Amino acid sequence: SRSTQKLTQNLGSVLTRKKLDEEALQELEDALVAADFGTEVAARVIANFRRSRFGREVTDEEVRTALAEEIAEILRPVAQPFEPDPKLKPHVVLVVGVNGTGKTTTIGKLAQSYAEQGKRAILVAGDTFRAAAVEQLQVWGERTGAPVIKGPPNADAAGLAFDALTRARTEGADVLLVDTAGRLHNKSALMEELRKIIRVMRKQDEAVPHSVLLVLDATTGQNALQQVNVFKEMVDVTGLIVTKLDGSARGGIVVALAQEFGLPVHAVGVGEKATDLRPFDPMDYARGLVGIA
Amino acid sequence: VFENLSGKLSGVFDGLRARGALNEADVTDALREVRLALLDADVALPVVKDFITKVRERAVGQEVLDSVSPGQQVVKIVNDVLVEQLGGAGAVPLNLNATAPIPILMVGLQGSGKTTTAGKIALRLASRLRKKVLLASLDTYRPAAQLQLQQLAERAGVPSLPIIAGQTPLQIAQRAMETARREVYDVVILDTAGRLSIDQEMMEEVKAIRAASSPAETLLVVDAMTGQDAVNTARAFNEAVGVTGIVMTRMDGDARGGAALSMRAITGAPIKLVGTGEKIEGLEDFHPERVAGRILGLGDVVGLVEKA
Ligand SMILES: Nc1nc2c(ncn2[C@@H]2O[C@H](COP(=O)(O)OP(=O)(O)OP(=O)(O)O)[C@@H](O)[C@H]2O)c(=O)[nH]1
Ligand SMILES: Nc1nc2c(ncn2[C@@H]2O[C@H](COP(=O)(O)OP(=O)(O)OP(=O)(O)O)[C@@H](O)[C@H]2O)c(=O)[nH]1
Ligand SMILES: [Mg+2]
Ligand SMILES: [Mg+2]
Repeated sequence: SRSTQKLTQNLGSVLTRKKLDEEALQELEDALVAADFGTEVAARVIANFRRSRFGREVTDEEVRTALAEEIAEILRPVAQPFEPDPKLKPHVVLVVGVNGTGKTTTIGKLAQSYAEQGKRAILVAGDTFRAAAVEQLQVWGERTGAPVIKGPPNADAAGLAFDALTRARTEGADVLLVDTAGRLHNKSALMEELRKIIRVMRKQDEAVPHSVLLVLDATTGQNALQQVNVFKEMVDVTGLIVTKLDGSARGGIVVALAQEFGLPVHAVGVGEKATDLRPFDPMDYARGLVGIA
Repeated sequence: VFENLSGKLSGVFDGLRARGALNEADVTDALREVRLALLDADVALPVVKDFITKVRERAVGQEVLDSVSPGQQVVKIVNDVLVEQLGGAGAVPLNLNATAPIPILMVGLQGSGKTTTAGKIALRLASRLRKKVLLASLDTYRPAAQLQLQQLAERAGVPSLPIIAGQTPLQIAQRAMETARREVYDVVILDTAGRLSIDQEMMEEVKAIRAASSPAETLLVVDAMTGQDAVNTARAFNEAVGVTGIVMTRMDGDARGGAALSMRAITGAPIKLVGTGEKIEGLEDFHPERVAGRILGLGDVVGLVEKA
């Protein structure tokens, strides 16, 4: 894919060499760093790789395939599709993340896939702060045929979520997708508001939200580790969705996240349209990272 | 996870306590740590390599002052070079040296903060410089994008171009400029849709918008949390539209913000402003020395001094 062009070029120079020597390994490690693996994880991956391959005569193809396999091995345990539980009416999903990562769009995409499966989804416009956030979600509701529950501007998101839950239960909806305002993990007051949404919904049902999805932008560098760490701590994130993988960012941070937290990666966003959500495929992802199209 | 660079560097030189000039070997050891620190702060790899070369040239052979350790001396050199590379001391203001109505074009990846920043700049120009500012959204793609800018304009107390459904971004740009000329505005801020640097069609579109509006400023809006991809984004947007200034958003987060150095190095354009919050008031001048301290993990010494 286009997004791997740069890395392919990086690897290109080492791949013509016959022997996998120190210098070649260093260049491979650099290529991983340049894909946002982070210095520690890149070093670790290459250390494992060198143990098994060092000094061997290898072709380009073999190096790439073996490195992709090494990376896929790390990603496999976290590749878990997201399936709402059909016994729950509704399965309550809270969508969280820092500003602008693609939360609202991802909700639109999820609503689209449920519509295609004949499931009834209800959307909750829980971002009552950002300009036109409600209207943005309403457009997604119209596109996917999902009803959107909204309150007045600057309404209390927790109260809105509570009312939406009541309605979704009454109507026997399959999925309740709760959008939230983007917030930086280091702002404790905003993180506390997120906890309040959960607390208030639990007055109605102890078990909700059944899923808390953290939406991450693939363009993000090492700060993603901090984001996941804090959101997980504060709101018990159950899984990740990585967006904007159609861009030039390679999203190597996901490898670091898999090693550090082991949270499921449910899906990846590859565009701005309703149908641009894909399952997370570890081998595909790994092959993309090392430049095998 | 991240150990303070100055601590690490002192470690490298522990027991060494060398006096006299910094030699090649000392500097090489120290620069290994600097390299890691910069990469962990999300400075892009090719930019780190150039940076290290510059520091090495500056450091080797330099006398170590009696009052500091060799490690501290290297930290000082690293910090100096970093501040320089980020644009030297002081902030570069928006360029308003053009005949009114002065167009300002906002470009960048999806979700980087363009629309919010457009509103913030409008508020700043209107309230601080008493400029008559028109906000115009050219985003016909993202759901409710034009409405978002309209609502931000209301919050900023600044007019926005009336929304006409069905117009193309280029047509809106032309209408914005005509309106601004007719109604005698000082500044027109043109907010564009987010686009990927590898999306050729969308990049062509923004080129056409630029050609039609001849902006005095083309501001690339970048998320401070951006990783290694900063170089690709910077290069592609600069080649397509000639970036004249950079805005780093979400500096209110805890990312080290190494993308600032990458962006500046690739485009050569000054970082002019930083976003420090979701609210319309959350916009500040860029201070290279503060961001240098942040990237290196040395703390915002200058900021603390100024606030005291
Ligand atoms: N190219 C691309 N763009 C995406 C993807 N997902 C979302 N976007 C775009 O990213 C921008 C931000 O998306 P939103 O869904 O508004 O993000 P958000 O997290 O809800 O933002 P806030 O509510 O403001 O925090 C929009 O322009 C989306 O079209 C993706 O997978 N690929
Ligand atoms: N914390 C914080 N949030 C910001 C800042 N700047 C923008 N945001 C938020 O980031 C999100 C995205 O901002 P937008 O202005 O919609 O971004 P955009 O670049 O116009 O997005 P598209 O038009 O979809 O490409 C919103 O939730 C904003 O409130 C900032 O400096 N700090
Ligand atoms: Mg949103
Ligand atoms: Mg916008």
